[in-house]
Amino acid sequence: MADDKPHGGYIQRDRDRHPPACHPGYKTSVTRSPQKALLSFPSSLSEESGPVFSPSIIGPRDNDLLHNFAADGESAIGPRILVYGQLREQSGRGLPDTLIEVWQANAGGRYRHQKETYLAPLDPNFGGCGRCMTDARGYYEFRSVMPGPYPWPNGVNDWRPSHIHFSLFGQAFAQRLITQMYFEGDPLIWKCPIVNTIPSRQAVEDLIAPLDLNATIPMDTLAYRFDITLRGRRQTYFENRPEGM
Amino acid sequence: MAQTLDYLNESPSQTAGPYVHIGCTPNFSGIGGVYAEDPGSRMVNDKTLGERITIRGRVFDGVGAPLKDALVEIWQADAAGLYNSPRESRGQADPNFSGWGRSPGDMESGEFVFETIKPGAVPWPDGRMQAPHISFWIVARGINLGLHTRLYFDDEKEANASDPILARIEHRQRVETLIAKSESSASYRFDIHLQGSAETIFFDI
Ligand SMILES: [Fe+3]
Repeated sequence: MADDKPHGGYIQRDRDRHPPACHPGYKTSVTRSPQKALLSFPSSLSEESGPVFSPSIIGPRDNDLLHNFAADGESAIGPRILVYGQLREQSGRGLPDTLIEVWQANAGGRYRHQKETYLAPLDPNFGGCGRCMTDARGYYEFRSVMPGPYPWPNGVNDWRPSHIHFSLFGQAFAQRLITQMYFEGDPLIWKCPIVNTIPSRQAVEDLIAPLDLNATIPMDTLAYRFDITLRGRRQTYFENRPEGM
Repeated sequence: MAQTLDYLNESPSQTAGPYVHIGCTPNFSGIGGVYAEDPGSRMVNDKTLGERITIRGRVFDGVGAPLKDALVEIWQADAAGLYNSPRESRGQADPNFSGWGRSPGDMESGEFVFETIKPGAVPWPDGRMQAPHISFWIVARGINLGLHTRLYFDDEKEANASDPILARIEHRQRVETLIAKSESSASYRFDIHLQGSAETIFFDI
């Protein structure tokens, strides 16, 4: 993957599709949002490079949240799901060999965390974290349980829709992104103050994974497909070909 | 109508939320036995080349309170100024230095800590040298899109004076927000302020 061809750095972030730093409907953002203009400059190698992870760090059950925290012979409780998709950059090129980390609540909407106060019970066989590497074409998959919705202190009656948190590296520090995946058909999506920090309905829909019956494992696991796009590199004419990047 | 340009849109960001540590540092958050160790918890080993340094700091909100649920990541060159990345074409970086670190911050004080090395200088695209620096990325509940900034060193005055990025900052008094302060030998403090008169300069890169 090493390349020494000149290129134009990363495509500028379209900040009209990302949540603004301060969105009063999401109260915590009010005191945690920078108020001065960001400093813009063309990216250099400091941002165009990024950490690479060896597949050897990934254990055989790291992408199986049904079992990676469970006692021998046990399994997490809840509707069994498989989540898969392609990680690509804005050109459409799949991003190979890159680390994806996920975390989520259990089927009852409860996180395994000491600051968590929701009354729903912990599942002794569910930890809530997992990770995987993308393959040569940028595809990934993991198994889990459908996370439950949960209430959170913002308004007096705000609920998070079912969601899975994703941490994405890509190949450059400039591509680093954390986002959340939602599930097709969940009525809580459009009522959520965190979802509603996103400025446009179309951008929200980019985070909603459709049910993919063709990818389910019959008599076993439902499947959802979630494609993710990271920032792309600006290309010169001579490197504008799939094998050239 | 003209032809259309088929670029995809970047997926929108969502906050890392209060439980980012479950996914990114599970051992730290009490979920043991899943990963052998938390990614980014060790940047150096016995064979790493360069001057060992410690970087400590906290992330403050607009009220002046330290965040206790932030996650801070750093990315830097090795002692020779080379990145341990496939994008590095100038030479082979130190194989005993990852260049990437992740710190969850202490749950009581909010202090993050990195045991690393002083980075070498890296050139700017036009060939000028940049001052030694470390790239920072900060996420937390209430931060809607991860924040990029840079750390520079207060004992690199000459290099800082000719750094291409520091040079273009209009409000000169804000340059200080990017400079880590020596506390004792080989130990630096770098506090990050999300808001207020000391607001850190964040980058749109
Ligand atoms: Fe959540």
